[in-house]
Amino acid sequence: MNAVAIPIRAVPTGGCSDAPVLRERGQHEVFCGLTGIIWLHRKIQDAFFLVVGSRTCAHLIQSAAGVMIFAEPRFATAIIDERDLAGLADANTELDRVVQQLLARRPEIKLLFLVGSCPSEVIKLDLARAAARLSTTFSPSVRVLNYSGSGIETTFTQGEDACLASMVPGLPVSAPHAPAELLVVGALADVVEDQFLRLFKQMGVERVRFFPPRRASDMAPVGPNTHMLLAQPFLADTARALQARGATLLAAPFPLGVEGTTLWLQAAARAFGIDEAAFDAAVAPATQRAKAALARARLALEGKSIFFFPDSQLEIPLARFLARELGMRLLEVGTPYLHRQNLAQELALLPEGTFLSEGQHVEKQLERCRAAQPDIVVCGLGLANPLESEGMTTKWAIELVFTPIQGFDQAADLAELFTRPLLRRMRLAA
Amino acid sequence: MQLTLWTYEGPPHVGAMRVATAMEKVHYVLHAPQGDTYADLLFTMIERLQKRPPVTYTTFQARDLGGDTAELFKTAAREAFERFKPQAMLVGASCTAELIQDDPGGLCKALNLPVPVVALELPAYQRKENWGASETFYQLVRNLAKPATPPSENTETKKPRCNILGPTALGFRHRDDLQEIRTLLGQMGVELNVVAPLSATPEDLGRLANADFNVVLYPEIANLTAQWLQRTFGQPFTKTIPIGTGATRAFIREVATLAGLDAEAALAQAASRAAWYARSVDSTYLTGKRVFVFGDATHAVAAAKVANEEMGFTVVGIGTYSREFAREVRDAAKLYGVEPLISDDYLEVEARIAELQPELVLGTQMERHIAKRLGVPCAVISAPVHVQDFPARYSPQMGFEGANVLFDTWVHPLMMGLEEHLIGMFRGDSEFHEDAAPSHLGGGVMQESPSTNSLSPAPASDTVTVSVVTAASWNPEAEKELKKIPFFVRGKARRNTERYAVDHGLALITVETLYDAKAHFGR
Repeated sequence: MNAVAIPIRAVPTGGCSDAPVLRERGQHEVFCGLTGIIWLHRKIQDAFFLVVGSRTCAHLIQSAAGVMIFAEPRFATAIIDERDLAGLADANTELDRVVQQLLARRPEIKLLFLVGSCPSEVIKLDLARAAARLSTTFSPSVRVLNYSGSGIETTFTQGEDACLASMVPGLPVSAPHAPAELLVVGALADVVEDQFLRLFKQMGVERVRFFPPRRASDMAPVGPNTHMLLAQPFLADTARALQARGATLLAAPFPLGVEGTTLWLQAAARAFGIDEAAFDAAVAPATQRAKAALARARLALEGKSIFFFPDSQLEIPLARFLARELGMRLLEVGTPYLHRQNLAQELALLPEGTFLSEGQHVEKQLERCRAAQPDIVVCGLGLANPLESEGMTTKWAIELVFTPIQGFDQAADLAELFTRPLLRRMRLAA
Repeated sequence: MQLTLWTYEGPPHVGAMRVATAMEKVHYVLHAPQGDTYADLLFTMIERLQKRPPVTYTTFQARDLGGDTAELFKTAAREAFERFKPQAMLVGASCTAELIQDDPGGLCKALNLPVPVVALELPAYQRKENWGASETFYQLVRNLAKPATPPSENTETKKPRCNILGPTALGFRHRDDLQEIRTLLGQMGVELNVVAPLSATPEDLGRLANADFNVVLYPEIANLTAQWLQRTFGQPFTKTIPIGTGATRAFIREVATLAGLDAEAALAQAASRAAWYARSVDSTYLTGKRVFVFGDATHAVAAAKVANEEMGFTVVGIGTYSREFAREVRDAAKLYGVEPLISDDYLEVEARIAELQPELVLGTQMERHIAKRLGVPCAVISAPVHVQDFPARYSPQMGFEGANVLFDTWVHPLMMGLEEHLIGMFRGDSEFHEDAAPSHLGGGVMQESPSTNSLSPAPASDTVTVSVVTAASWNPEAEKELKKIPFFVRGKARRNTERYAVDHGLALITVETLYDAKAHFGR
């Protein structure tokens, strides 16, 4: 397990850095990468996501999105049918026609993603070529990119990774000798971005960009002057692509809770040569607020046990926050995929002896969960109500992805996502 | 390839899941990639079932495709059998697995499981959810139904017996319809043999032939099976869908004929509040309200009939997304002299509603959404289901209670009769006008609502009028006159007048135009 490598810089140790991981194969009760479209289309406001897939894909996104949320969505599915399966040349012509139809309807769209699915991958429909062809056709008004959100290749949040990675080659090159710039990578709620922007400014980091941008025309330039901070733990491919463009990855835990947010901001402060006093002064008020709010949540959560089913790859940073700042006991932390390198800082902070699992055999994991009798279970929507009816208290994992939880001022909101189900059970029992 | 924003139906394997989840002691092993497990949440979150659907997904990944996905399937099937010990297994493929052609049926045969295994062939690139449910139910019955067993000793007191076919998991009010019809049949003196798929075990399907006839509640799901049972065991089946007071009475007569009972006793005690409410003077205002009906074929046809015959509405459009039952909807459309809309393209349905400008939409959750955007009242009559379609209270669509539910649900989105008159009477009163805030909120003048213009349909780029004038403006007098029209019909008056002006190439709308338009559209 422990790859012996020459350390380039101090690799964190301790905690769960070298902890064993239970790897399981079996039924995965998780979403595929297409689900990321639900938050990505809200984030990049002039982008459109066209899934090239089956009726199942269309039904999945519609169901996961809570069915028909907004007027006309900025996502759709080009449903492959029997005629397309007959011959591939035909499928390409069909795709061109559908894109034509779509862009005629939505002239405000500037960036179109062709999103690959399980069926499009299996029939080897070359969406990269299709995207290049369509980009030429609709240039300069619309850029067409492609990525795969298929379940055979991606799990849930990996869809965002694939989407962001597909944008990297198109990012502008930063000017030679451009001053250092911070790039925050990973979709965050606008309100969270604005908070971080203020904090960076207060500590003296002026040049900050976010990726993905709110508008397709606002792509941050990248080069050797770029220092990137990952805001989400599931962005391995995007980080690699940005590194290949010359960007430096700042090692940090993720901005969940006071501790995570502080260390995350600090990694940037250090890279930009901000002195300790300026850093402390900038973060002090928000830190105080968050700590006070968390103290209240701690009363409800301390000593309570928690069990994570795999879902979003946020499990390890969440577990770290819940254990260290709220005193919860971690019974099992399941994650769909454990990226040791990107999570090195997190693993070092996780209490030693934490039971980690990767992948899933849902039936076996349910057996472990029932045996462990946790006070609260974090799981997907397919499992939550059945477990509630068995008498367990659950928190649906997807809410942790859709809710703004990063940063100081969201730390208490994050804690509340866990206190509320417990409080509710208590009230209803009374 | 078809551009799809929202779908009315899921893929066919979701139909199979609806049957498997409705039943007891059945397990479905689905060859499918990661992500297809989303379908579980339809049952656990939308229907709020307390158990997981009895489905095992093989969850193959890209790296398995070069290897042995067939072995993966066999392992999953064997483990599922050992874990869940079902009386029968269903095996099949989702859309992706269909492409890799592993033949789940053949693979499962090799396992030699000691229970019946029904292999499903559900072409995912051709068919949809309801078809999948129908085919699954049919295959289960074909494989499991046995010839009738000899009747028991006390034959002299033998009551007529029937099966109820059609209710599934995730069905639109199936739970409550079943209760309503079960009670009705009991009152008539008909004994129930088996209800399927809902709550049936594979063993129950084995004794379907012991009934004298079948009651089909949802033809989309049960017709195929009922036809087979008729051919095989000579069981006739009901054709009337008991939605609405009239149809319920017709259903009672049909059942009575099949059962050899006297219908009059059951009909005599039938009481429908809805029928009286519809006749009461308060309902006068419902007369001729223009309704657009859309849903699965069964519910759309039934709703149009109730709207026309029992509510006194005028059906201005009818459509369905169930292509398999397009003929029934076309026949119904002929009755009302309207053009049927057979489409599962949400955009097409939206365009039709915008064009017809109905006063009420009876549709699915999709049409509710369209209607909201267009500012038209809407009631939901059909799947696709939404969490709201599983109310905590008893709320059937079928039978006499169902008729009462329909009356309430359809009328509540509209302004009540007396209310409409009062508003007309007091129009312009200093305290009683559309800009006055509700009295319980302290009265006072509300902000001029910016929604007046948003009432007009979203500009549909595909409806291009061949005319120089594409938009008309209002002169101040006409604008003032428009304000005198009661606010709840003002949006419609505005739309009609603007349409009239555009159609007649008028750039400026005057008071004359307003009344010309009123005369033109008024009937």
